[in-house]
Amino acid sequence: MSRQMTGAKMVIQALKDQGVDTVFGYPGGAVLPIYDEIFQQNEIRHILVRHEQGAVHMAEGYARSTGRPGVVLVTSGPGATNAVTGLTDALMDSIPIVVLTGQVPTFMIGTDGFQEADTVGITRPCTKHNWLVKDTDRLAETIHQAFHIATHGRPGPVLIDIPKDVQFATGTYVPPREARVDHYQPRVRGDRAQIERLVEMIETAERPVFYTGGGVINSGPAASQLLRELVDATGFPITSTLMGLGAYPASGKNWIGMLGMHGLYEANLAMHGCDVMINVGARFDDRIPGRIKDFSPGSRKAHIDIDPSSINKVIHVEVPILGDVAHVLEDVLKLWKARGSRVNGEAVAKWWAQIGAWKAVDCLRYRPSDNAIKPQYAVQRLEALTRGMNRYITTEVGQHQMWAAQFLTFDEPNRWMTSGGLGTMGYGLPASIGVQIAHPDALVINVAGEASWLMNMQEMGTAVQFRAPVKQFILNNERLGMVRQWQELLHGERYSHSWSESLPDFVKLAEAFGARGIRCDRPADLDDAIMEMISHDGPVIFDCLVEKHENCFPMIPSGKPHNEMLLGEAETQGVIGEKGAVLV
Amino acid sequence: MAALNIKKGSSSHSAYDLRDPHAQAVERHTLAVIVDNEAGVLARVIGLFSGRGYNIDSLTVAETDHAGHLSRITVVTRGTPAVIEQIKAQLGRLVQVREVHDLTVEGPAVERELALFKVAGTGDKRIEALRLAEIFRASVVDSTLESFVFEITGTSEKIDAFADLMRPLGLRDVARTGVAALARGV
Ligand SMILES: Cc1ncc(C[n+]2csc(CCOP(=O)(O)OP(=O)(O)O)c2C)c(N)n1
Ligand SMILES: [Mg+2]
Repeated sequence: MSRQMTGAKMVIQALKDQGVDTVFGYPGGAVLPIYDEIFQQNEIRHILVRHEQGAVHMAEGYARSTGRPGVVLVTSGPGATNAVTGLTDALMDSIPIVVLTGQVPTFMIGTDGFQEADTVGITRPCTKHNWLVKDTDRLAETIHQAFHIATHGRPGPVLIDIPKDVQFATGTYVPPREARVDHYQPRVRGDRAQIERLVEMIETAERPVFYTGGGVINSGPAASQLLRELVDATGFPITSTLMGLGAYPASGKNWIGMLGMHGLYEANLAMHGCDVMINVGARFDDRIPGRIKDFSPGSRKAHIDIDPSSINKVIHVEVPILGDVAHVLEDVLKLWKARGSRVNGEAVAKWWAQIGAWKAVDCLRYRPSDNAIKPQYAVQRLEALTRGMNRYITTEVGQHQMWAAQFLTFDEPNRWMTSGGLGTMGYGLPASIGVQIAHPDALVINVAGEASWLMNMQEMGTAVQFRAPVKQFILNNERLGMVRQWQELLHGERYSHSWSESLPDFVKLAEAFGARGIRCDRPADLDDAIMEMISHDGPVIFDCLVEKHENCFPMIPSGKPHNEMLLGEAETQGVIGEKGAVLV
Repeated sequence: MAALNIKKGSSSHSAYDLRDPHAQAVERHTLAVIVDNEAGVLARVIGLFSGRGYNIDSLTVAETDHAGHLSRITVVTRGTPAVIEQIKAQLGRLVQVREVHDLTVEGPAVERELALFKVAGTGDKRIEALRLAEIFRASVVDSTLESFVFEITGTSEKIDAFADLMRPLGLRDVARTGVAALARGV
């Protein structure tokens, strides 16, 4: 192969050499040379989206469900600015994606040229790193470095801005193995002395809890495997953040459910009452600790994280371990076994009894109804009818997202894709398409709210065009439900603009896109309707009309500690104080 | 506690610092940040400070190793111990940042600033300005019949003090470089 080629060709060559099989993108003037190269090859599949935000969320769905970086190609100016929400989403949730943007030619940069935007300037705070490539000879190496940085250390989005003249010019291609990446090699092995302290904590803990997060999933399949081994061998209870669901199986005997603002009673109280907290790849996001001052007051804490800035950022820990989850867990297991695999069995058994008592509270219970479909019931039936299938779930953002997290179960990592850190309405539909493109034969369901879903509904066209049989399971409460819930609890039931007015007829909408529409509003019909959705060979919009004023519980009100959790309707009057009201 | 062997980052590190993170006293720290001398690196460092609400008292930057393509950014910042640790950790994870040194805790360091002062006046005031300049070892780098430009180097405190003295004597303009700092010894 000659190493001399145009910048545009280099882009394709570099993507191939990086093992990329799919690019999500949208053309425009500043990327036409690259699109011309895409046209002349068959190895890389291009998915034409309907909006650049959709492209980035698709790439996120692709990345999270495969563990491989997602790739996006968009044009300059508006193409790049439309990608900003997706980039920020990926940054917050540590998702590896590589975004290529076109730029006006180098000699026009700074002249306010047509479709010129300061893309690297705009995206600097919402990427892990970004580059403007001004020289074709630097292009291939930069792309390889971009893949390296996106996937090493704490993963994240990177962006490469490529002026059009750089795409046309000829330069020398550099293959991946010759690209310099040695300047970015985050440490993966944990400090030996700290690991020893953690092992001592494990040996003596009386009320331990594993608190795990998205870092376990990002670390790769080995991390989940090692986590399962350690948890099962110690017999300690394990909870997880929204981001970490599936790393430890929901069917596993030590699983005590998700924690956090809408997490399970037993999980949050275990966090509050533990004497040893072992944080594995989570970051004490503010949805987790509630009031910092009262967070888990009696515990010693260990924190395993690959990002030094996550350690001691929110919560001070006694045993910080900087490193990759899989590497650290491997060393912890080895050392703990070498020292005799000891735990304080008697105390831990008592602790389990306590957790059992909390569990008996049955915090997810809700008042069933024969007339209206309760949203919880809808998710429960979805779970019952799809469990055991080769299933991937994405969500939008709102109450439905929390009900999905509470009532769906995940036994494997990479099966659950939700916008955690940024809380991006409009994430779920495109993400579900990205997942489906990566797993054509799987059942991919987006558990959605009607308001969120409308935010990127144009991507239904993408699903139909590329025969992605994604199922859009919309819990339609005709409300911005989560906003409505906060207004009820916090703003004197003044429901300011939290209604979904003038909604489209979702069944007709589906048909207009060339997809299947299903509507269901009676509990008695629900199972059949869900089965119809699953068995339809193509994309489906499922308009599930649910109870409109259901609130999502349990809930730890903003500014409250874990042990002041609300369980149901009766407990919700005047619970959020003035201080809590300023929190989000 | 065991020393950490982190490629990037100073001996005092976010995760391994022993000082009480809950202490609320605000401290002034001088950080030396060694970065790849590439486009956008300064914007990234400054954006980090503004985006996360950290303070910058002084910022100095220049290429220091042409062959190695490295620049040195000296930042003087303020914050509680926990915030200072967070700043260092955040700086350390920027891709273009090679090393972060906290000169305030890594041992004794020399800090210097250079400043130019334009002082205008005649008669006694002019004579007094010149006399004080001598005491401060400032040198005259420009003069007219009504004005001087003094050049002075020293710690920020010394330059502040000089500015206070010049103000009633006809101070017109000041240009300061910001702090440059190096650890003492080898
Ligand atoms: C892009 C964006 N805008 C606004 C919000 C604030 N927000 C959070 S949840 C929510 C309501 C979501 O309504 P819906 O999608 O119908 O879900 P529901 O809560 O009713 O289940 C809003 C407006 C957000 N998270 N994202
Ligand atoms: Mg809704």
